Amino acid sequence: MTAHELFDKLNRKEISPRDIITSLQDRIRQIDPKVKAYVRLSDSLHQTPILSGIPISIKDNICTEGYNTECCSKILAGFKPPYDATVITKLKEAGATVLDVKTNMDEFAFGSSTENSCFGPSRNPWNLECVPGGSSGGSAAAVAADEAIWALGSDTGGSIRQPASFCGVVGLKPTYGRVSRYGLIAFASSLDQIGPITKDVRDCAILMNIISGFDAHDSTSVDLKVPDYTKGLVNDIKGIKIGIPKEYFVEGMDAEVKTIVQEAVHKLKDLGADLKEVTLPHTEYAVSVYYIVATAEASSNLSRFDGVQYGFRAKSAKSKNLIDMYESTRGNGFGEEAKRRIILGTFALSHGYYDAYYLRALKVRTLIKEDFDKVFKDFDCIVTPTSPTPAFKIGEKIKDPLKMYLSDIYTISANLAGIPAISIPCGFTKKRLPVGLQILAKAFNEEMLFRAAYTYEQNTPWHLEKPKIE
Amino acid sequence: MAIDKETVKYAAKLARIELKPKELEKLSLQLQDTLDFIDQLKKLDIKEINPTSHILPMNNVFREDKIKDSLPIKKVLDNAPALERNFFVVPKVIE
Repeated sequence: MTAHELFDKLNRKEISPRDIITSLQDRIRQIDPKVKAYVRLSDSLHQTPILSGIPISIKDNICTEGYNTECCSKILAGFKPPYDATVITKLKEAGATVLDVKTNMDEFAFGSSTENSCFGPSRNPWNLECVPGGSSGGSAAAVAADEAIWALGSDTGGSIRQPASFCGVVGLKPTYGRVSRYGLIAFASSLDQIGPITKDVRDCAILMNIISGFDAHDSTSVDLKVPDYTKGLVNDIKGIKIGIPKEYFVEGMDAEVKTIVQEAVHKLKDLGADLKEVTLPHTEYAVSVYYIVATAEASSNLSRFDGVQYGFRAKSAKSKNLIDMYESTRGNGFGEEAKRRIILGTFALSHGYYDAYYLRALKVRTLIKEDFDKVFKDFDCIVTPTSPTPAFKIGEKIKDPLKMYLSDIYTISANLAGIPAISIPCGFTKKRLPVGLQILAKAFNEEMLFRAAYTYEQNTPWHLEKPKIE
Repeated sequence: MAIDKETVKYAAKLARIELKPKELEKLSLQLQDTLDFIDQLKKLDIKEINPTSHILPMNNVFREDKIKDSLPIKKVLDNAPALERNFFVVPKVIE
């Protein structure tokens, strides 16, 4: 059931908050051994959370005071934050029950499948042999499998939208600066945003109302009035100008995904939208720019994990001096992908390579942003596929990092340009795997996303389909 | 460009990450693949383009220098792997 349906039932006194949390805990105990959406399940779910409202599930990189927050990394084993992230404070103030178990993710959000989690991968509820996407794969799988009412994820290059697409749920990356990053364990500070993963567009708007807004604790949060996003839930897109970028429908994309997304585009036209082909000419460079900018920022952000203040410290005999202790702690505490990215980022920032890699990437980032600025002069939103393929098999891409990176090809640009983007379900492949439609709008115009997404959702059946978990 | 094992070793040293010989071998090959891909950026003429390190048009963010409560010391130190009284314990730094 969605959160807004539960609100209505609570208001009519048909159910109690205790009923909701009990049935959710039962569902988690019953289903999670198959889906593995949550981590550290055995040591949690014991205490009864504050029974004041609707439960919400939180990704393992968002700080929850007193509850383990480990980014699914060995290096943060046992870390209990001494404070709540701003989004958690806002949720508690709104009366939500924050679950003590956290959802699975790729270590430090480095990945597109949850296979980089130190706890092992989550499973896609639509096909347990497939990945749920990533990095917020646990949150998306939990929502899709009804193991969560709704959830928070984080999105640096597609980490909310791609798993939402793979699991057939709604996922939104807000405009950079819309939601406070205070208490989100940083991956790439100029790209990261926290956002909702929900069962429908209405829940997504409600959750955005709760978590958005200026926060003095985050110097990059923007002091702009937050509109009531539920007002954007208008079932009408007549005359809305939608751009379809030709660079997003090229070779390399799955044929079924292409057909399904094209049908969704036709549907938007039938609903009265004014569609035109547009061009975002620097799209092909987005992945390259991202893997320089994101890894450079990560190499700096992750320098804090050194075995001194929190988490894991290597007990190797070599740790006789401080540098040995750092190297051994980081060499043993970080997983393979984390090491790969930190070293790539360090290289891109190092003397002699800075201009050739980091500075060049920042300049191309300007070109990518300008592509969007030009299109949004004449268009209200842009519609694309969320991912070039449906969910892939566990193990299929994990040995080839570059192949894995390319699965974010359609989502990365929104982070580089700082604009909001939503993924909504738009159909299923013959093998019953969900496909997602991505809608992008200009900065701080989430209302337009909600309007377009809501109209499409209300006129299609996809969000009502449920996986059969065997 | 070609990235050799020595360069990867050097970057790992800067990043304070210990790599086993097998890891170094594998990582060098994978990073070469990634950098070969990233070299596509060299196709673009970017001489006249300004870099974007950050998307928001904001400069310095100032606040008043007011004294506020800090986090409770015990709660913060509880996460440390090694402690003595209220101090973090680390291996000897000065010989």
